[in-house]
Amino acid sequence: MWTFLAQEIMFFGGLFATYLVYRMKYSDAWAAGSYELSLWWGGFNTVVLLASSVTMAMSVWSVRTDRQKHLLVYLFLTLALGLTFLGVKVIEYSDKWNHGLVPGSYFNWHGNPLFPGAAENNVELFFCLYFIMTGMHALHMIVGAGLLIWLIGLALARRFNSENYLKVEITGLYWHFVDIVWVFLFPLLYLINRAV
Amino acid sequence: MSHEVVQPRAYVLNAIALAVLMGLTVAVAFVDLHDFFHVALPLNAIVAMTIAITKAILIILIFMDVRHNTRLTWIFVAGGFFWLLILLLLILPDFISRDWVRRAEPWPQPIPVVTIDHPVAPGATHDSPH
Repeated sequence: MWTFLAQEIMFFGGLFATYLVYRMKYSDAWAAGSYELSLWWGGFNTVVLLASSVTMAMSVWSVRTDRQKHLLVYLFLTLALGLTFLGVKVIEYSDKWNHGLVPGSYFNWHGNPLFPGAAENNVELFFCLYFIMTGMHALHMIVGAGLLIWLIGLALARRFNSENYLKVEITGLYWHFVDIVWVFLFPLLYLINRAV
Repeated sequence: MSHEVVQPRAYVLNAIALAVLMGLTVAVAFVDLHDFFHVALPLNAIVAMTIAITKAILIILIFMDVRHNTRLTWIFVAGGFFWLLILLLLILPDFISRDWVRRAEPWPQPIPVVTIDHPVAPGATHDSPH
């Protein structure tokens, strides 16, 4: 799994490098784009993912101490929190669509007097990266949710105990990695130049 | 994989630390640090990334239990992030210097071929056997 996670670092690394280059080039447009994102939803999602990391770690503890019921509870909680995250992403994305901020023929950014140096094209570029980066992250969350459902199925069949827990631990590694990616995505996308 | 079971206390404390750091990130984002430190650096971004890296380290060491793992695992983890560091640090000089260098000039026109008229023996033609 660590080899896979190293590959994932490379995958997201490419996106972060793109972000870095364009943020340096079009810093006003990046700030303007970030301004349009909802800090409340982003912050809420960060807390949700943080809590889901705790419940995932607790499910590893449960299986290693042979607490079958706790294991199921924590796996369900992790799944519920992950689905909450995805639900909030749906809300955010539909919000963007309604405000005409989805790149494409319907993109329409009305300008922002707080960021006079921002051009509409570059703000559209910011939103391209926003949707790609958070979309890829959400895809990873969906895969993680699938893994959790699989684990819950196995746990209901009493397949895990303190001797046989590797699947839970490895899924935990994946889940924490997705959390780490969000830990970087949140300040980079939502917290650019909020001091205006 | 670790041999001793991590107690939930460690996870709860870690979660509290991460929540505090998250609050800090958001709070600092609303303060323009250039009002306090007059340097030509993107201070807000640097502080935000430092906090994010700290959070990532905490998640890796405690939630992913790398602090109890073998040295081989440490190498994998460090290697992955070292790769990322190389990518980000080396892509910067590439793009920053894109406008510094004059664009390459077009290929020069071909040098006109100069034919040398060798004197020919009487009776022979100018056609070269080559």
